[in-house]
Amino acid sequence: MDQNIIYLDNGDTTRIDDEVLDFMLKYYRYSYGNPVSLHNLGIEADEELLMAREMIAGTVNASPEEIIFTSGATESNNMAINGVAEYLKNKGNHIIISSIEHSSVKAVAHRLKNEGYKVDEVKVDPEGFLDIEELKSKFKVTTILVSVIYANYEIGTIQNIEEIGKICREKGVLFHTDAAQAFGKLKIDVKKENIDLMTFNAHKNHGPKGIGALYIRKGVKLKKLMEGGSHEFNLRPGTENLPAIMGFAKSAEKAYRDLEGINKRIIKLRDRLIEGLTKIDHITLNGPKGESLGMRLPHNVDITFHYIEGEAILMHLSLRGICVSSGSACSSKTLEPSHVLTAIGLKHEQAHGSIRFTLSKFNTEEEIDETIKNVTEVVGILRSMSSFIPEEHSELLNENAKTFYKNKTNEE
Amino acid sequence: MALKYTEKTIDHFTKPRNLGTISDANAEATEGSPACGDMVNYTLKINPETLIIEDIKFRSYGCASNIATASIATEMVLGKHIDEVKKMGTSEAANELGGLPPVKMHCSVLAINGIKAAIREFEKKIGRILDEKRIITEKALLNILRDVIHPKNGVNLVDNENIQRIRIDGQNIFIIITLEPDEEIYASNIHDEVMEHLESMKCTHEIMVKIESKTGNFI
Repeated sequence: MDQNIIYLDNGDTTRIDDEVLDFMLKYYRYSYGNPVSLHNLGIEADEELLMAREMIAGTVNASPEEIIFTSGATESNNMAINGVAEYLKNKGNHIIISSIEHSSVKAVAHRLKNEGYKVDEVKVDPEGFLDIEELKSKFKVTTILVSVIYANYEIGTIQNIEEIGKICREKGVLFHTDAAQAFGKLKIDVKKENIDLMTFNAHKNHGPKGIGALYIRKGVKLKKLMEGGSHEFNLRPGTENLPAIMGFAKSAEKAYRDLEGINKRIIKLRDRLIEGLTKIDHITLNGPKGESLGMRLPHNVDITFHYIEGEAILMHLSLRGICVSSGSACSSKTLEPSHVLTAIGLKHEQAHGSIRFTLSKFNTEEEIDETIKNVTEVVGILRSMSSFIPEEHSELLNENAKTFYKNKTNEE
Repeated sequence: MALKYTEKTIDHFTKPRNLGTISDANAEATEGSPACGDMVNYTLKINPETLIIEDIKFRSYGCASNIATASIATEMVLGKHIDEVKKMGTSEAANELGGLPPVKMHCSVLAINGIKAAIREFEKKIGRILDEKRIITEKALLNILRDVIHPKNGVNLVDNENIQRIRIDGQNIFIIITLEPDEEIYASNIHDEVMEHLESMKCTHEIMVKIESKTGNFI
């Protein structure tokens, strides 16, 4: 693998921490027992499992028996929404979500709608903050669940979860939050924030892929998705993935051990990136900015580069060894622009020009500077050839970029 | 979604040929729209005597394959007689690049049709063809729908057997498109693409496109 890669797609997945990986190996090589087995290896595995559950519960102020291990955030979201909808179907059929949920919440809600449930989507403001007044107005006697993403994966907006949780608690409605992006980045207290169910996972924080958890507050009941065993408090059958669970625990412990220190460093890098990229003309920083920058995920930068298309930017950067993602239609499988970007009011052509940079503790100042330099170049190149430059900005079709192409062609 | 582009595609993307605008062009067309995320503009110099394309340049707003298909299309048509270009198939730019991922096949359609649109304008201008009064027939609609590419497999909607019904009733056009369960995620894109292509006919008809799922879910 190329060692010179600048990886800025940590909101998608992260490189595993070496210490975490080393810690996991023991559970493949030696402590490979099944926690349900009755023999020595089984007992040992069961004790390790409990330890991991305690470690993870501790990071969000939950009790160990409130943590259910799953295959990841997608399963946790499916389990929470489906499980509650099914369990409480005699009580009501109304579910409230935000307009910027991850597809593993949005798609489940959409399917439930087709099955006869009522689903309301609460809108967000241009920075992605939930309209709390609208949320309050949506409650009905039949409302059984509210699901709001803790911090958005694309534009980094951190919701006022404590307030939303309080409103739901007062209304006597269960509150689920998808904290896949927030976990490991933000201090979370499920009790203080009135959270009933919470989705989170390992691989966004330098832990292994394929492992996640659903926090289920004691007393909250839901129907399990799968049958086949009494594992995980009879809620999620299947042999526990112990090496991954141990890696999950280790990575969570590492993330929270020095949360403030790591965040301080990442925020410095993030703000350096924002400052460098906002020097480019005709761009928009999507998500919280200015006074509300403090309510933005420490590692998230999302920018629309006007008059050009995101997949082309992404491909150019990829060829230069820089990994980012885009909310453009052309970089999505379904050829639809990101619903998060359209929900905050971006026109399709603005969503198409968006690039998301997500940082991690492994990034350096040099990498940020290298990225700023390359993005500036690539944006200039693509604008110089764009058929979408308005006449009043014809200076964007500048001579420098044209020369760049001429040189490249002559090299052949 | 990881996209695997051929080396030739990457080459045309990073070193586009015939880039820019011809200031004294005698044929021009812009196809696509910023809202859809791809738009290509061509300017051409066609010899009015010989009808040979003597020069062509393009500008593109779009993804890597949009840029690459437009770039290679300019190379393919340069020096050719316009009648020859008019016969080109919409997948020829993609083929010349060594293939494109199915989800990107529509770029090839845009690249080829953009040049054809410029030629059509030119022919109208010199009186070689009459300003078409398009008669809306089922066959004409099917021809247009052949330019709409299914993102799943790169095949057009007609050959992919997605068109369930076409009805022309006076000033109204009804089209019903059916999708397999695993195609439902493309419903919104296919709907928008079909509407865009039909609207390009600039007819006065009221167009209604309905997407149905084979599982019975109305989308």
